[in-house]
Amino acid sequence: MYDFTTLVQSIGNFLHGQFSPGVATALEWTLVILVYLALYAILGLVLVYVERRVCAFFQLRLGPNRVGWAGTAQTVADALKLLLKEPVTVNKADKLLYNLAPFIITLAALTVISLVPFAKGLQAFDINIGLLFIVAVSSLGVVGILLAGWSSNNKYALIGAMRSGAQIVSYELSVGLSLLTMVLLTGTLQLSTIIETQANGWWIFKGHVPAIIAFFLYLTASIAEINRGPFDLPEAESELTAGFHTEYSGLKFAFFFLAEFVNMFTVAAIATTVFLGGWMPFHLGDWAGFNAVMDFVPPILWFFLKVSAVIFLMMWFKWTFPRLRIDQLLKLEWKYLMPLNLMNLVFTAILVYLGWHG
Amino acid sequence: MFRAIYEYFKEILLAIRGLINGMRITGKYIAHARKEIITQEYPDNRDTLQMFDRFRGEVVLLHNENNEHRCTGCSACEVACPNGSIEIIWARREDPETGKKKKQIETFVYHLSMCTMCNLCILACPTDAIKMGHDFEHAVFDRSQLTKVLNRPGSKLEKGVEE
Ligand code: SF4
Ligand code: SF4
Repeated sequence: MYDFTTLVQSIGNFLHGQFSPGVATALEWTLVILVYLALYAILGLVLVYVERRVCAFFQLRLGPNRVGWAGTAQTVADALKLLLKEPVTVNKADKLLYNLAPFIITLAALTVISLVPFAKGLQAFDINIGLLFIVAVSSLGVVGILLAGWSSNNKYALIGAMRSGAQIVSYELSVGLSLLTMVLLTGTLQLSTIIETQANGWWIFKGHVPAIIAFFLYLTASIAEINRGPFDLPEAESELTAGFHTEYSGLKFAFFFLAEFVNMFTVAAIATTVFLGGWMPFHLGDWAGFNAVMDFVPPILWFFLKVSAVIFLMMWFKWTFPRLRIDQLLKLEWKYLMPLNLMNLVFTAILVYLGWHG
Repeated sequence: MFRAIYEYFKEILLAIRGLINGMRITGKYIAHARKEIITQEYPDNRDTLQMFDRFRGEVVLLHNENNEHRCTGCSACEVACPNGSIEIIWARREDPETGKKKKQIETFVYHLSMCTMCNLCILACPTDAIKMGHDFEHAVFDRSQLTKVLNRPGSKLEKGVEE
């Protein structure tokens, strides 16, 4: 009913009909880039507002509620303010790396959302090694963090960056292993096919206990990977002023800030795609009437609904749990998450071997 | 060995239970966020704003409707104040009723600019003449305006305080 394939194809055909193939392809790329950049900015603005508001309610405060209706224009005002700020550069900073760092982070965050399928046919980049690619590229962001910390010539920034390095090296394993568990069940790495396999039920329901365990392991590990609370050691305000972006100001700081929030969206989007059926509507057994009503809701809405639910869960984590110390952080990964993940993997393999899944 | 494995899983389950407990509490907060928010939208609700009972805004000397206060001029508050924010200026005057000379308060000088709202003077006062007021809008254009005289002009000692 809601299939974007034809729409996307007709736009492509129109462009190819009007221009020579080279120009048409270039135009297509430009279109995609513009759409994703706009999405990137909008996601950032909306998520910052939602985060501040939700955080305020968790702490029984009001949060931003002055600019615009219920404070919705607050982030726009903040963004304008950041745009107008003077970009201060530290004298002794390594200028090239210092300026490069925010772009690497942005690039990593943007590349990953290009793989996310928003609805049927609404995906910029559908490759057959999708999940592997995501795991590989999303950890590129740490290069940006390390560069930022190193080039700022500031001890707090360096400590923050080093913590982030240790954190990503450890938690990347758990992210990979928990996704691997799901790959065992789905039998494919391509994101669009993973969603197709969930047409008759989301993996979190179909995959029995291992899928639920994998979901929470993935969530924990990837929250740690994107340096979000309670694992926000690289920017622990109470210890390191602002961590790796201490020396950044104005627009470059905004890049870090945006990337952080977009990463949160990415993690939620991947969790949605792999565990919660992506844009697939919610179906209950064979209640034809109920299922028809659910089908009526557009898939893109389903997708964003699920993503918001996961994001809310992440915010709930952040504003409930205290920040871990660095040794506790590594202990959690190597002594608990990793072994649990391996056990879960073996368990799932047996399940799949016996053919009990899906 | 089995014992160790058992302990390992028990630890994990206990940790999860602890985390869920924490989330239940914050979940309760956000579920009732509309009712329980404690932040005041201050300049907007200036007319209806109710301060908390224990709020300490300034030291006030209580007067009743006959313009009488309970301060005997004993200077206990002046001694108790760690910052010297209170100066009690007293004099011996003749009591119109008994004709005896008696210590009386002339001016109760209070330096708001030096007060830390520590409440020690209120605890020290034997006659409960002073207490903490709830007014907090103390901004003025000149520092000298922060030095206040607390006893109102023409006020007397309330009867029966000294007995
Ligand atoms: S509250 Fe403390 S500082 Fe203020 S006048 Fe009383 S004793 Fe002095
Ligand atoms: S306010 Fe109380 S403590 Fe201070 S001089 Fe008067 S009676 Fe004494």
